[in-house]
Amino acid sequence: MVDISMTVAGVHFKHPLLLASGVMDEDAGSMLRMVKGGAGGVVTKSIGMNPRSGHTNPTVVEVEGGWLNAMGLPNPGIDEYVDEIASFKNHCDVPVIGSIFGADAEQFCTLAKKMQDGNVEMLELNVSCPHAKGFGLQLGSDPELVEEIVSSVKSSVSIPVFVKLSPNVTDIVKIGAAAVDGGADGLVAINTVKAMSINVDLMAPVLSNGFGGLCGPAIRPIGVRCIYELYDALDVPLIGVGGICSGNDVLEYVMAGASLVQIGSGIANRGVDIFSCVCDEIVEWMMKNKVDSLCDLVGGAHR
Amino acid sequence: MNMPVACKILSKEQVGNDLYSMICSWGGIKPSPGQFVMVWIVGSDEIPMSVSLIEEGRIGFTFRVVGDATKALSQMGEGSCIGLRGPYGNGFDCSKYSKVLFVGGGTGIASIVAAVESFVGESVVVIGARCKDQLVGKNRLESSDAKVVMCTDDGSCGQKAFTSEVVERLLDDESFDLVVMCGPEAMMKKIYDLCRKKTICVQASLERFMKCAVGLCGQCCIGEGMRVCVDGPVFDESQLALFDDFGAFSRDASGKKVNL
Repeated sequence: MVDISMTVAGVHFKHPLLLASGVMDEDAGSMLRMVKGGAGGVVTKSIGMNPRSGHTNPTVVEVEGGWLNAMGLPNPGIDEYVDEIASFKNHCDVPVIGSIFGADAEQFCTLAKKMQDGNVEMLELNVSCPHAKGFGLQLGSDPELVEEIVSSVKSSVSIPVFVKLSPNVTDIVKIGAAAVDGGADGLVAINTVKAMSINVDLMAPVLSNGFGGLCGPAIRPIGVRCIYELYDALDVPLIGVGGICSGNDVLEYVMAGASLVQIGSGIANRGVDIFSCVCDEIVEWMMKNKVDSLCDLVGGAHR
Repeated sequence: MNMPVACKILSKEQVGNDLYSMICSWGGIKPSPGQFVMVWIVGSDEIPMSVSLIEEGRIGFTFRVVGDATKALSQMGEGSCIGLRGPYGNGFDCSKYSKVLFVGGGTGIASIVAAVESFVGESVVVIGARCKDQLVGKNRLESSDAKVVMCTDDGSCGQKAFTSEVVERLLDDESFDLVVMCGPEAMMKKIYDLCRKKTICVQASLERFMKCAVGLCGQCCIGEGMRVCVDGPVFDESQLALFDDFGAFSRDASGKKVNL
């Protein structure tokens, strides 16, 4: 029997497939359904200080090779959301990674503490949303700001802190290194790729926000490249995300250097049991190639 | 592909106070009754709408002006274009049943009209609204093969009664294999409870705040992660039994719980 479990920053995962932030994670029931579909851990929707409705529709459309979205960080606010986490944890014991976004280090710290009090196992700092003014990428493209936010959060909580990075920067390693200098326990890459689509008959950008972020298979090579670069340069555990739909896709990320991966829009392509299907595909590949333990493959493509 | 396509408004008619029916060109997959499309009014919003008219190359819907998007849509003229994507959702499936009770409340009537017209067995239709001019689809239903029972809150057309009361009396007098309904959730919850007692099958078309319509964003989830956009909007009695939030609460655009 092959071993596909992973222990990352002291947290044990029975397999490396997590639900990505922003997909089917607005309430406890949705996350529970994803666990029934095989998710080995869940990343919450990105949660802020106060309720936010997000952008008006259209917020999600399909393009060749993926999906374009500008949700605008909708969330019910941390105080309401911790009840969803509690309700989830009453029914299930897979690890929860609390994703948070704030306008400054102080907000990140408040949110981080409330997530920790809500008993999440890890934190994911979203400093990379490409389409919410005043949040996300506006902070996450500045290495000094990233280091400041991470070190403030690290001094406020004791659970592991991961930082989700954007590919929309000239040098992702520079931002990753700043996060590590701030004390990050690991990095998550990538958030969506800033993008736009225009309906020529209606002569308007399709997303209400104009531009948004591209996800899906089209961005997988970008994500794999980012993980590869980060693995080469830095010595922290990495979580790969972007366009994962199959076991082969996961192995690509793992060999590039990811210890865990996240699946989001793949749910639209393969259904809610994508996690179980992908797990089976990883196991099948490992048996065929006589690999006993998935963790032996992490970074395996680096020579 | 899940991308809005420009479609021309072929006709628009005000059918009641704040109520409009619109027919648009449509070159996509032919919807089935109970399915919906996402209607994009450029510069305003994109909202789900049940398809009430299904013809070759055209689809139609009936809507009430309830907010900015429906207001903007009501002001658009024939010949102008909106973006449409879909059809989405599962729709009604009455093919296994021989005697069906269709129930429509308010603008929910629009979504059952096409189902009534395509049903071949014996059927009774109950439609209810606040007053006479809100009974959308009345004429089409009267020219169908179904027996039509009408009711209004103010007695201006048909019986002066709530839809659920009329349905309760009907279920006491006659037996049905299936109840198909669309309307206010409080009405549907009452009728669902009646059907459970009598062990009658149910198909209810639910509504939740919707964004992506492709089963990703999680905005419209009910029960344990059931997506109204992809797994619904029509749910049967065995699914409804598992939804603690059915008839109780929904979620606003931020995901905050809102009591119904």
